[in-house]
Amino acid sequence: MKSKVNKSAYGYLFISPFFIAYALFGLVPILYTLYLSLTKWDGFSDPVYVGLANYERLVHDSFFWQTISNTLIIWIMSIVPQLILALLLALILHEKFVKGKHFFRAVYYFPNLISTVTLGVIFSLMFDWQTGSINKLLINIGLIQDPINWFNSPWWTRAIIASITMWQYFGFNLIVFVAGLQSISSEVFEAAEVDGATKTQMVFKITLPLLRPVFVFTFITSVIGGLQLFEGPLVIGNGGDGPGNSARTMILYLYETSFKAFDYSYGAAIAYGVFIVIMIFTAITARAYRLKD
Amino acid sequence: MKGNIFVRTICYLFLIAVAITCLLPFYSMIITSTHNNTDIAQKLLLAPGDQLAANYERLMHSVNIWRGLWNTAFVTVAATALNVYASAMVGYGFSKYNFRFKNVLFIGLLATMMIPGQLGIIGFYKLMESFHMLNTYWPLILPSISSAFGVFMIRQFVDSSVPTEILESGRVDGYGEVQIFHRIILPLMTPVLATYAIFSFIGKWNDFLTPMIILFDNNKQTLPVMIASLRSAFVSDFGAQYVGLVVSVVPILVFFSAMSKRIISGVSAGAVKG
Repeated sequence: MKSKVNKSAYGYLFISPFFIAYALFGLVPILYTLYLSLTKWDGFSDPVYVGLANYERLVHDSFFWQTISNTLIIWIMSIVPQLILALLLALILHEKFVKGKHFFRAVYYFPNLISTVTLGVIFSLMFDWQTGSINKLLINIGLIQDPINWFNSPWWTRAIIASITMWQYFGFNLIVFVAGLQSISSEVFEAAEVDGATKTQMVFKITLPLLRPVFVFTFITSVIGGLQLFEGPLVIGNGGDGPGNSARTMILYLYETSFKAFDYSYGAAIAYGVFIVIMIFTAITARAYRLKD
Repeated sequence: MKGNIFVRTICYLFLIAVAITCLLPFYSMIITSTHNNTDIAQKLLLAPGDQLAANYERLMHSVNIWRGLWNTAFVTVAATALNVYASAMVGYGFSKYNFRFKNVLFIGLLATMMIPGQLGIIGFYKLMESFHMLNTYWPLILPSISSAFGVFMIRQFVDSSVPTEILESGRVDGYGEVQIFHRIILPLMTPVLATYAIFSFIGKWNDFLTPMIILFDNNKQTLPVMIASLRSAFVSDFGAQYVGLVVSVVPILVFFSAMSKRIISGVSAGAVKG
């Protein structure tokens, strides 16, 4: 208020790096991809404008529809147990009697720091049906007689991919939930205790309702990330997309079409198809949340 | 009271069981990397063996994994530094200056978070080709300048913890606007910058798709891409594959053991703000 000098030009100067970099490396590529999706182009000769032909092909492409359902199935298989586990552990770790809180949180969080690719290769070696340690362990403790050929089954393949994501992210969600729990005032619990509420009542009547915004926020943000699932299926499928293409996710299809089959223009249409699918599911989740309120 | 002890025991058992599940694959990976291929294929291995050096040599013979680690470290550090510095600037600009379209621009900035990162990947590839930047690190580093999450987090910090009077006093002392930012504001931001740097670093460290399509040269490739190629490069040479995995995990394990308090509190702080 004291300064009468107009400094607004400096405001633009300071914020310019974001907008210049985003325009160049984000927006221009996105618009260029849109243009390519309206062309026929093999990467060598000049792109030829073909209107909506790629999108027509996309709508009738049963492979694309299958990748949508594959992605959703794997996402649900990973997000539901992941959030439940994270919530349960957060509730336990929030209890006063638990010792070594930091140790447990650190151990649970650790897989989040390892790249998905590394986790994927570890899992694919562990679950290898002839040489992997999982089958040997299960046979040793007598749970199974013969080794299970995990990657020969669409559902096991998906479950293993889902468990990689789950293993990688439950610790992160746990930390988010613990932070959410810590933000709930302890007076609320003390008052409930005075009123003679039991532990279970407090969890269901106080903690969970108060934690719901955090929970829903985590769920919504996981739609955008979860539907872009790519590295896990790529490594687990090992170039083969799993039995009956059961592990081919939307982004994996985008990658294979563009950078392995070099059909860039159709790949660009897939990219926009994926974008629309993700927007629809984000809107559905956000709306479901609002309707409940 | 008896029921109480029972419940507590169950809780501890559960915590420990999950902790073991978290660590067991890494333990198994390290143990397995020290055995020869016949044993890996046939036995359930629980104790360390003596084949680590042999496995390591076969790995290094065709994949220079340390080179990958170094490349990833270089790209990640450069990208993180640039990302943190630029986000600090932008967050500060939005927090302390008034200009036209400020709110619209900020909403636009936040909206970029809703756009899936892979949407423009084909256009990005083609654009980098026309810039002659394929097979260089520029396409991996420069886009890090713009991070909406970083700007958002830093702006919140500046809004709440950096008083505008400090700018005024800097102006009175004859500092220019850019000098004020570098000499006065940046040091004050250290806590939030450190927290955000952790987020940025982890995200960049795991980057996979962009380096895979941008880099062709094996010697330039980053660690995640090298790791992804292990399976096809060493089809049934499990020992070598496991050593590669160990090289990609153990440095992080050591780093995390030393820094876990700081990293976890950073992640919590970021989680609350986000």
